[in-house]
Amino acid sequence: MKRWLPAWAGAPRLDPVLLVLLLLIMGFGLIVLYSASGQNMALVNRQAVRLGVGLLALLVISQVPPRVLRSWTPWLYALGIAMLLATLVLGVGRGTQRWLDLGLFRFQPSELMKLAVPMMVAWYLHPRILPPDWKNTGVTLGILLVPTLLIYRQPDLGTSLLVAASGVFTLYLAGLRWRVLFGFAGLAAAAAPVLWLVMKEYQRDRVRTFLNPEADPLGHGWNIIQSKIAVGSGGLTGKGWLNGTQSNLEFIPERHTDFILAVLSEEFGLVGVLLLMLAYVLLIARGLYIANMARDTGSRLLAGALSLTLFVYVLVNGGMVSGILPVVGVPLPLISYGGTSAVTLLAGFGMMMSIYGHRKFIR
Amino acid sequence: MIGNTSHRAIKDEYDEQRLFASRAWTGFTIIVLLMLALSARYVWLQIFAFDSFSTRSESNRVAVRPVVPNRGMIYDRRGRVIAENQPAYRLEIVPEKIPGKAAGLEALMDELSTLIPLDEDDRKNFHMSRDNYREFDSVPLKFNLNEREVARFAVNRHRFRGADVVPYLARNYPYGELLTHVLGYTGRLDADDIASVDAGNYRGTRTIGKIGVEKYHEKELHGTSGFERVETNVRGRVLNVLERQDAIPGTDLILSIDVAVQRAAWEALGDRPGSVVAIDPADGSVIALVSKPAYDPNAFVHGISQRAYNEVLKAPGRPLFNRALRGGYEPGSTLKPFVGLAGLELDLVTPQTRVFSNGRFYIQGYDRPYRDWKDTGHGWVDMGAALEQSVNTYFYQLAMDMGIDRMHDYLAQFGFGSATGIDVPGEGKGLLPSREWKRAVHGEPWYPGETIIAGIGQGFNVVTPLQLSNALAALVNGGTLYAPRLLYAAKPAGTERAKRVAVPVTAQVAVRDAENWQTVLDGMDRVVNGLRGTARIIAEDAHFRMAGKTGTAQVYQLGADKEYVEEEVAEHLRDHALFIAFAPVEAPRIAIAVVVEHGGAGSRAAAPVARATLDAWLDQEVEREPLP
Repeated sequence: MKRWLPAWAGAPRLDPVLLVLLLLIMGFGLIVLYSASGQNMALVNRQAVRLGVGLLALLVISQVPPRVLRSWTPWLYALGIAMLLATLVLGVGRGTQRWLDLGLFRFQPSELMKLAVPMMVAWYLHPRILPPDWKNTGVTLGILLVPTLLIYRQPDLGTSLLVAASGVFTLYLAGLRWRVLFGFAGLAAAAAPVLWLVMKEYQRDRVRTFLNPEADPLGHGWNIIQSKIAVGSGGLTGKGWLNGTQSNLEFIPERHTDFILAVLSEEFGLVGVLLLMLAYVLLIARGLYIANMARDTGSRLLAGALSLTLFVYVLVNGGMVSGILPVVGVPLPLISYGGTSAVTLLAGFGMMMSIYGHRKFIR
Repeated sequence: MIGNTSHRAIKDEYDEQRLFASRAWTGFTIIVLLMLALSARYVWLQIFAFDSFSTRSESNRVAVRPVVPNRGMIYDRRGRVIAENQPAYRLEIVPEKIPGKAAGLEALMDELSTLIPLDEDDRKNFHMSRDNYREFDSVPLKFNLNEREVARFAVNRHRFRGADVVPYLARNYPYGELLTHVLGYTGRLDADDIASVDAGNYRGTRTIGKIGVEKYHEKELHGTSGFERVETNVRGRVLNVLERQDAIPGTDLILSIDVAVQRAAWEALGDRPGSVVAIDPADGSVIALVSKPAYDPNAFVHGISQRAYNEVLKAPGRPLFNRALRGGYEPGSTLKPFVGLAGLELDLVTPQTRVFSNGRFYIQGYDRPYRDWKDTGHGWVDMGAALEQSVNTYFYQLAMDMGIDRMHDYLAQFGFGSATGIDVPGEGKGLLPSREWKRAVHGEPWYPGETIIAGIGQGFNVVTPLQLSNALAALVNGGTLYAPRLLYAAKPAGTERAKRVAVPVTAQVAVRDAENWQTVLDGMDRVVNGLRGTARIIAEDAHFRMAGKTGTAQVYQLGADKEYVEEEVAEHLRDHALFIAFAPVEAPRIAIAVVVEHGGAGSRAAAPVARATLDAWLDQEVEREPLP
């Protein structure tokens, strides 16, 4: 380690590639947020503080060895389930029960599960022989289905799908046979009509709107149409920072949260979108690389699953904003305004750093 | 079987690592492919569909709004404001912005009615007028909100997407019913109106002149719409004006009406239905045009309710009916000066020709008597005396000598039987009978007796008060028949001073011998100033010398041998009292026609009204004030 750096900076736990990519994305995110919030500096500051908290969590977690993290996992998972149950009883939020008021700040337990579920699955599969057998597959499915259903009950379709996906990805990386995976996929497709029946009316509306947004351009279709107009009118190089009319004139709904990508697309154009996509792909690639370098099964599965889940975020959000996927409440990672999501994501990257720091040095 | 746990009981770290690596690679490949697919979507939106979305973004951002010109003010001849614009607020809805089609609209109106009372009329009118607007136009729902309603809406505005309270200028008529039948009023623009105007110029205009001067001079009063391109946010709030072309305000109009004279005539009529029309014979400008009863035009400006309208419609005396323009009356003896002039000019009589009146006139071979109003007759009378005393026999004889067709042709030159062409829509034409007319309309031949009574303005003759005063103006000014004008001067926006507007001349009656004309005017002078004049009572204390002619229009046809006794006839069957007059005799500045319905004899009921009106006009200190 180089002498002139402070000791903690020289600690071998931080992956510079990951860190630089994260900082680039977050910095860009704050710039876009300033415009998307209607140049609300207070709001940008709040988000910066949250990102700072997230980075702090990243730093702390990165110093904890994966072994220790794994030993905390069942407790974290149990805590998450407990909080989800508490949310159902005491939750606050607009029409849905997602938030738990912890006095100092409000917390969204479902976000915690985005970490806890892959951690728990990895914890469970870590000592087991892979690929998992029927029993282990069944237990794993149980681990991921309980929080998924609890979150779906809130109701929060987007997060529950992401949580389920993170668990499924762990199983996939653990080597679950393709035919079993396809079997699950087939089952899911068969279950779609059932899902339609148990969906809330507003969720059905979202699907209907997705299928034909022009049917009700001022009602349910409004978000998608205005978002597409924002994206399309951005063109190749965009209208320029702070110059997005769809954004400034508030035609884009949820412009600083779920639809912030529409603002980015409008002001920075295709160039901005593609650069961001590239950054995400590099982030995912680096995550998978770290996973591949991991010292043990649990770490490998966890790092891999977190990387793949990040991709789902990007795909679902990007698809929603451009009108090729239904509107589900999935934020654009590290860019959308919102505290819990950012802190959780950064904590997840902290674990990756920890795994990176304890990687195998010799293959 | 999923895992081969049966023959491999211990974890193989190397195998797991390889398996993971292969899965990770597969996963990453899928990720890259899906990312490429997502990027393709953005490429399509931002490159290939850019033009279309760019246009939609621009039309989101920019709205072109009409800038409504301020309606021209209207002044009277002396510069008094008689129609003005007052700030007011109206509630408008943009149907396109209301989600849920018709049901959504109804729900919105229900919601709105908790803040601003909306009755069935308001909703009905809204739906009717919707057809005149495009879906994205703002359609007025209720006019003239009061301050509390405006405040209540302002507080709750965020709840009502697509509805807004809009300031505008509403017409106000400070003199109310006094000028209704002159000015008319403005009201809500409807489908018929839009068909008659340049729709582009009325994009933002919500009201239009419905009747009266407001309608006739709509084009000048309205002005030219401007527009502004504004940047609006999603709630339609204007953030920025990108481009603006100002509206050209409507022309201010100065009417020839003198409110003081108008009021004098109005008050002199008292409670009796009637009409007064006064014209300046020198230029054909209308000084007063009264029709009584009338109604308050301000009630119509903001859209009158059906109930209130029915009340006006059914009110006694029919206030909606413009008697000055449309009231058809038998001219009675007020026609005698014109018949007399016809006789002189056609060489049927000279000023000195005398006729003996014994109270009864017979057509040879018939035994029906045609009476004089004085049972014993007037003795030998010439033209002057015949006019002074209103001697029927003189005119019976003259009419017989003239024949109906010559009478028709001569009187037609004074505008009888045709519209005067005044600048108010909807005037009546009256009726000037002829042999041809009777055959065409009634399919009957003309009878000699009808000629006799036509000579004293009875029978088929119908005139409007406006026609009568306009004909009189031509008689006193030497034969110039104007299309009388209420519009006196106009002051287009941006000009310093108002400019006089010429009064069009309809016809010039040929003067064969000026002495003939003077004879008739002298006869009318004797009506007021002669010893035996039928209206000599009204000359008392006048500061000017006036001349006139009384008339009585029969409402109730008496049997041939019956005598009319006013007191014995029910009021609604009593004769209409007529009077025409001009003054000063030496250089006439006003020609007036008065009708008092069921007033009885012209001298008693109508002549004092004329006198009061002439006083108001001629006794004014200032003769001409500079134009406003």
